[in-house]
Amino acid sequence: MRGVTNIVIAGLGGQGVLTASDIVADVALHAGFDVKKSELHGMSQRGGSVASDVRFGRVVFSPMVPAGEADFLVAVEPDQVSVNAAVLSPSSIIVDPSQFHAEKLRNKKSLNVALLGALSRHLEFSEEAWIAAIRRRLPEKLVEVNLEAFALGKG
Amino acid sequence: MKDFPIAVPEGETEATSMASEAQQSSVELVSGNEAVARAAFDAGVSLGMGYPGTPSTEILEAFDSLGGRAQWAPNEKVALEVALGVSLAGARSIATMKHVGLNVAADPFFTAAYLDLPGALVVVSADEPGMSSSQNEQDNRRYAVAAGVAMLEPSDSQEAYEFTLRAIEIAERWHKPVMLRMTTRVCHSKTVLRRDRAPSIAPPRPADFVRDIPSRVMIPGYARPAHQRLRAALAQIAEWNETADVNRIVAGSPALGIVTSGISYQHVREAAPEASVLKLGMTYPLPFELIRRFVSTVERAMVIEEGDPYLAEAVRAAGIPVEAKAEMFRLGELNVGRVRRILAGDVSPEPKLPPGKPPALCPGCGHRSVFSSLSNLGCIVSGDIGCYTLAVLPPFEAVDSTVCMGASIGVGLGLRHALPPEQAKRVVSVIGDSTFFHSGITGLLEMAYNPPPTGHVVVVLDNGTTAMTGFQEHPGTGRTLDHSATAKASIEGLARAAGVRNVHLIDPTLDPAAFERLLKECLDKPELTVIVARRDCLLAARNIREYERMNARCN
Repeated sequence: MRGVTNIVIAGLGGQGVLTASDIVADVALHAGFDVKKSELHGMSQRGGSVASDVRFGRVVFSPMVPAGEADFLVAVEPDQVSVNAAVLSPSSIIVDPSQFHAEKLRNKKSLNVALLGALSRHLEFSEEAWIAAIRRRLPEKLVEVNLEAFALGKG
Repeated sequence: MKDFPIAVPEGETEATSMASEAQQSSVELVSGNEAVARAAFDAGVSLGMGYPGTPSTEILEAFDSLGGRAQWAPNEKVALEVALGVSLAGARSIATMKHVGLNVAADPFFTAAYLDLPGALVVVSADEPGMSSSQNEQDNRRYAVAAGVAMLEPSDSQEAYEFTLRAIEIAERWHKPVMLRMTTRVCHSKTVLRRDRAPSIAPPRPADFVRDIPSRVMIPGYARPAHQRLRAALAQIAEWNETADVNRIVAGSPALGIVTSGISYQHVREAAPEASVLKLGMTYPLPFELIRRFVSTVERAMVIEEGDPYLAEAVRAAGIPVEAKAEMFRLGELNVGRVRRILAGDVSPEPKLPPGKPPALCPGCGHRSVFSSLSNLGCIVSGDIGCYTLAVLPPFEAVDSTVCMGASIGVGLGLRHALPPEQAKRVVSVIGDSTFFHSGITGLLEMAYNPPPTGHVVVVLDNGTTAMTGFQEHPGTGRTLDHSATAKASIEGLARAAGVRNVHLIDPTLDPAAFERLLKECLDKPELTVIVARRDCLLAARNIREYERMNARCN
């Protein structure tokens, strides 16, 4: 659909895929877009594959990113790229932990937010908007370490 | 209802207009489930009842978080009966369940439709096309027709909110239950909800008992006229539905007209942006004249729906010519790509998606040693619904049947009755704690009442929570939905009360070898045995300890 940005975030249960997609959706909502976010719950706590779709634009209809229409695939777990290959097109951009110094993360659990930092290079939202969304979506005690992670990913 | 809930006025940039709106508390990104909870709260629903089940679980949890009164029942049948009682008291109630939960609640559901209800009763059926976490993909729109219960189908969170309010209004206007039929992608997708500060619904009346025996006591003599009244009410609702604003037409090209509802509407608007669309909000009873008029204005008319061809069959039976999807699209969820295929008549095989990493029993999970022993002893395992169903996958592959909640015990008994003794002796029924309270107790009664010649062994995997759906409380945890203290039911006590003489309690993780020895001893005896394998779920244990500490302080 014209004017809709499609982001798929993929990983395994427990890696913060849903938290990451909540943050992206929050940034887009506060920037004034129509936003839809979709994922399947249920099995995610048990270490299985989890993918979450975030779509934003002037008007968004389906909550699911159609096959071949992802603008971005954010892979918290790099081996989940192949599982989600159906959403990719030749122009899709893959964001994964190899694109920044993930080994420098103070807390490995904030890899999801570091990846949002890497994603933010490609989107037009201001850094302040991202920081505000992280503050809104995460418990206070986790904010600082995740802001660091975001900055690391953003580079 | 507006077509584009947050369309931007001409000449204004998206960023300026929407940023200011997003700052208002009335614009939020919420799931369909949260939107239903919000509407129930805004409408003054006096009690929300349910049993956890994907994708419905979050409705009652959100209702509780908002300050509503929400309770988990032992199962959906009891949940619906309690909700029915609330509505007979003149107050507003909501009962939430997944699609297969309505099978359990079907008995009260059908006859509740005969009663004249002074307060609203809204039954939420959360269906699972595609089965992300379910054993079947039954289409519960059929239940609305079978029971004669009016049905609304929201397509996003905005409609989930508004249709919940409308369901309450319709229920109170016609004194009949109303079904809110959702699907996974409406329940769990987060979309924008805009809300007025004051809800657009009259406040609830105070609860008050007014005796009305003929309309509430369904003996045959009263049920016959009650059935007539139900059909008369449905005829009136059908007439109302012809002009109701829950349905709407999106004007488009006359070349193609699409009749659709629920989440399918969203896929349709994206797959066929030029088409004319009749979006149905109330899909039972159907507004046939509205559909007939719409179809007559377009050159090609097509029904797009997920699951069974319910709409297409009904519309065709009314003599309205519409095209329907090919049979292959009955299976699984629809999405934009599949709707494009349906419209193009493309029935070529669909590309297979690579399998993701399957979920597995957690490392250190108490169920693991149980299934290792079942496997080591060559057991035939009659399984049930819960995390432990995952033991069907490698490395265990130690579940031989899974059907529905509680079926492990009955199916295990049937196997014991029919198999030759050497095989019968190896049959074990395995059931979780929440599932046991949901539907296992009657199975135990059957076991004690009609014992198989070789006896039987039931293992109750008691991990102290309803783990699979996200750690909800149940009657055996001794805590209510909001985790405060209440009576605690005893699995061992219930087993003994049913007449089972051998009842063992063991922690299977502490000494797996001891568990295996106990299981072997029990299998070797032609007697009835219940083994409660008790170990708190690893993922829930910390919270359980915290709730217990809090409740101890409160006492």
